[in-house]
This record gives sequence, structure tokens and C-alpha cells, in this order.
Amino acid sequence: MTPQITFKSALPWLIVFALAALIPVFTSNRYILDVAVNIMIWTIAAYGLNVMLGYAGILQLAHAGFFGIGAYTVGILTLKAGWSFWLAWPAGVALCAVLGLLLGLVAFRTGRETFPIFTLGVGVIITQVINKWDALTGGNDGLNGIQAPKLGSIDFGRGAAFFYLGLITLGLVIFLVARVRSSMFGRSLIAIQGSEDLARTLGINVFSHQLRVMMLSTAIAGLAGGFYAVYIGFMGAAITGVAQTFVVLLYLLVGGVGTLAGPLIGTALMFFLGEQLKNFGDYQFIVFGPLLILMVMFAPGGIAGLWSKTMFARQKPPPPADRSQQEATDAGV
Amino acid sequence: MTLFFQQLLNALALGGVYSLVALGLTLVYGVMKIPNFSHGALYMLGAYISYAALTSLGLPYFLALGLSGVVLGLLSAVLERVVFHPLRHASHVHTMIAAVGVLFFIEAVIRLPFVFGSDFLQLPSPLSGIVSFGGVTITAQRLLIIGASVVIMGLLYFFLKRTLVGTTIEAMAQNREGARLMGINVNGVAMLTFGISGLLAAVASTLYAPTALISPSMGEVMNLKVFAIIILGGMGSVPGAVVGAFLLALAEVFGGVIVGADFADIVGFALLVLVLAFRPQGLFRSGA
Repeated sequence: MTPQITFKSALPWLIVFALAALIPVFTSNRYILDVAVNIMIWTIAAYGLNVMLGYAGILQLAHAGFFGIGAYTVGILTLKAGWSFWLAWPAGVALCAVLGLLLGLVAFRTGRETFPIFTLGVGVIITQVINKWDALTGGNDGLNGIQAPKLGSIDFGRGAAFFYLGLITLGLVIFLVARVRSSMFGRSLIAIQGSEDLARTLGINVFSHQLRVMMLSTAIAGLAGGFYAVYIGFMGAAITGVAQTFVVLLYLLVGGVGTLAGPLIGTALMFFLGEQLKNFGDYQFIVFGPLLILMVMFAPGGIAGLWSKTMFARQKPPPPADRSQQEATDAGV
Repeated sequence: MTLFFQQLLNALALGGVYSLVALGLTLVYGVMKIPNFSHGALYMLGAYISYAALTSLGLPYFLALGLSGVVLGLLSAVLERVVFHPLRHASHVHTMIAAVGVLFFIEAVIRLPFVFGSDFLQLPSPLSGIVSFGGVTITAQRLLIIGASVVIMGLLYFFLKRTLVGTTIEAMAQNREGARLMGINVNGVAMLTFGISGLLAAVASTLYAPTALISPSMGEVMNLKVFAIIILGGMGSVPGAVVGAFLLALAEVFGGVIVGADFADIVGFALLVLVLAFRPQGLFRSGA
């Protein structure tokens, strides 16, 4: 079963995006637009995590670090080097892709179980370097006064123009990851997730595929980060931290790992819930922590997974088993 | 030269603490293939329970140490039953995520204002003196850490190699299915292994806390370090965990002198990245 992009499969998306595009027409409420743009930013980041975890079955825990590299690249280039956002943004994305490649070259050699922990360590290094490198990143004070981009006569202030820029970016990202999933590359990734050895006997170069999906994932993280930088206008190292990676992971888990709608549904829902819990600060993890556990225990497919399970119970084959799961089944435990 | 020996003793004390925490983590990984991200939270919780026992209950230090160890051992075994046992057929990614959930939950509970709050607390030291030999001085607490960690590692070695219950842990690490066929209670051993890891973490944090401050985030930092250690030593390897622990401690203490205290915390990860770039499987082969 290969999901091809047809008009029928794209129709719900077109409706959702058409409805979303009407939001600024009906309301000029700053808070609503602000929440919407934030949701778009973190949804893009969640799609970046999804291509790794959902398509390739690899948990990469330096994600917020790459988000931060994208954000800081845009911030530093526009603030200190006077670059235009439209040049700095692709530069941040490219830098993230290259760094993702370099990290992958080392990290993929360490084995499937070691990989997440190794990348977690790299995530900590990224945050620490950003936090301590005062001359470049502003250290503890962070970066302040990043300007909103301009294009000709359009000034992307904090109003509707920004909203539409985010919506277009998000639409392109979703289109891209949908294309990737239905491509030969995407199907090879799913095959690798099912069994690396089997994929290898089919002539798939596992290492090269993993490196490419890693670059795609970190590039998307950088894209989200660059957008975040110009939208918020100021930032500190905390946004690049490991806790932020887990928040994005939570969004993805709630929505549904490996599904196309999951990152959007999960982020929208959990960001909204997070806003309600915001007054509780760190205590929101009293809710988020057990929620993570309950999700993996009872609904590992997330909301999108539950939906397709009930709607298409007969059509959908079970997701390919993970290697350790396979071993467990083989051993009969 | 005096400075060198001074720093060496500090590194030995730090390495002792790291070893105890890393040993529990590597045992759990070796036996159950679970990268237990909540291990750092257990370490942190151990220090807080000792703190409560010392201040609220007014227990003497060593009794508090024992109590904290037992409580964390039991709690850890319960955690295995409630969270990790139901996930034993799930993919390792799911298990890891669940462990992260546990980590966040425990930390958030400790941070509650009516529990302990987010402020730094000071665990009183039972031994306040300073021991000095030939110009090299060390606090009595650090000396206690070195001594206690050596004794505990010896006991653990004896337990794993010379007692029947201990060898069942080793057997299960080597071949889970074989162990089950030999009549070993696999579920019991799993809980026991978790229990031991919680106990070791609590003892380590109670030993170390008097030389530093305790805070809800102390577990996160330790978590990353001990994971670095067991990757460095080879996942699941017991000797690897001890060697990795002392290597990291030496790198941090001496690296901190060279590159400055600001970057001391990332010296360990830099070391990890370097070693894994050349030896992806870690220094030792996996397996208990």
C-alpha cells in the first residue's frame, strides 16, 4: 500500500488550509493569531521529527538543538551581518542540513539503541555552546531585536502577513513530507524501519538513506527555527534545550507518529493545552509526564493512529515491527 | 605536583559516585535492554529522601542513607512493574519515551512548592573534617565517597559472581530465554535488577550531595553523564561502566582545569563524541 498524493487524498488538507486562511479575515485578535503562528512553527518542527521517527524509526534527540541553530543563524546573520531574512533563512536551513549530515556520520555508526542517547548528548553540547559563546550568541542575555522580514512593500509585522507566511511555509513542508513518504526514498525508509537486514538484501543502502533522512529532518528543524527567530524577535538558549525536544516529541506522539496529519493535530491540541497550563510553569510536566507514558502504553499510534484504526480497520496493515520488538517475538518472551 | 594529586583525589571521589550511578543503569540495560532515562530522577529523589530523613525525621546520616537506598530500591522495582513491564514487547523507542515521562513527572512533583520546591538545598555532611597527607588535602566526605564506593562495588561484584541470586541476573543478561527455560523467574529478576539500580543511585546521591547542593535538576545532569559513561564503556558492560566513570571524572576534573570551568560540563560529551567517532561500539564489548 503506497500512499500516493491524489486529489482525493489532498482534499481534506485543502479544506483545512482554506479554512485556516480565513482566520485573519474574521478576526484581528492578536492572541488568536499569535497562538496560530506558534502552532505553525512547532508543527513544522514536529514534521521534522516525524520524518526521522515516523518514517525511519529513529529517535533523534538533538532536534531542539537544530531548531536553535536555525534560529540563531537567522538571528545572528540578520542582526550582526546585516543579511536579509530571505538569504539568512536558507542559510540556516543549509547549515542545519550540513551539521545533521556530520552528526549522522558519527551517530549512525553507534547502533540503534545508542543513537538517541548520543544525539541527546550532542543536543546538550549545542545548548551549552550557545549559552556560553557570549560574543556570538549573546550568552545568557540571548539575542534581542531581530527584525521582522520585509518583501518589497509587504512588511511582515506581527499581523496577518506573518500568519500567511507561516501558513504557506507549513503547507509546503506538509506537501514535501507527503511527497517524501510516497517516493521511493520514503518507502525505502519504511523498509529499513521494518528490518535493516532485509532492506540491505533488497539492495537499499541503509547508511546513505539514514543520512539523507537525518539531513531532511535537521533542515526542517532549522526552517522552523529560522521562522521562530524572526517571529518572536528575541530568544535565549533554553529554546534549544533537551526539554524542548521532548515537548515536540510529545506533540508528535499525541498526534500520531508516522502519520501525515499527526504532527499538526498533536501540536495544535497540545500547544493549546500547554497555553491553559502555562500559569503552572514547570508543573505542566505533572500532566505531560504521565501523558507521555499513557500514550505509548495505550495509544502508541496517537490520535491520527486511533482515527485510522477505527475508520480503516480492515484496510490498514499493522505498522512494521521494530527490531527489538521482533527479537522479543522471536524469543517468545 | 601537589595540585595534581589534589585533583586526582577529587577525580577519584567523582568517579566513585559516577560508577555507582552508572552501574545501576548498565545493569538494567544489560538485563532488560531498557535505556532507563528515569535513572537520573531516581538519583535526584534519593538525595531528597535522605534530606527529608535527616531534617524532618532527624535520623543520623548513615541511617538516612540506608533508608533512602531501601525506599528507592522498592520504588524502582514498582516502577519496573507498573511502567516498564507492560511495555516489554513495545519498541525500544516507546520504552525510552515512557522513561522520559517518568523523569518529567518525578522532577515536576519535587518542584511543587509544597513538596520541596525548586530552590537549592544543602544536605548536611556527617564528616566535616579535612584530612591532609603531605600537603594534599581532601575533605572527609570525599574520602568517605571513595571508600564507600569501593566497598559497594566489591559487594556488588561478590553478589553478581558468587551468590545464586546474583548469577541469575548475569544469566538473564546473557540469554533471557535460556534463563527462563532454566527455571529462572524472569519477572522477579527484572524487578530485582531495577531495585538494585535504584538503591545504588540513592546511595550515590546521598554520598555525593554533602559536597554539592541538591536541586530538582541535579538528576538531568547526572542522567546525561551516566549515559555518556555507559555508552563509552559499552552498553550493558559492568567493567565498562566503572572504567567509563573514572575516565569521565578524570576528563572533567583535568579538562576543567585546562579549558575553564565554563565548559567543564561538556568536556565529558566531547570525550564521548571523540571516542565514538573512532570506536562506535564503545570501549568494551556489550554484555554484563
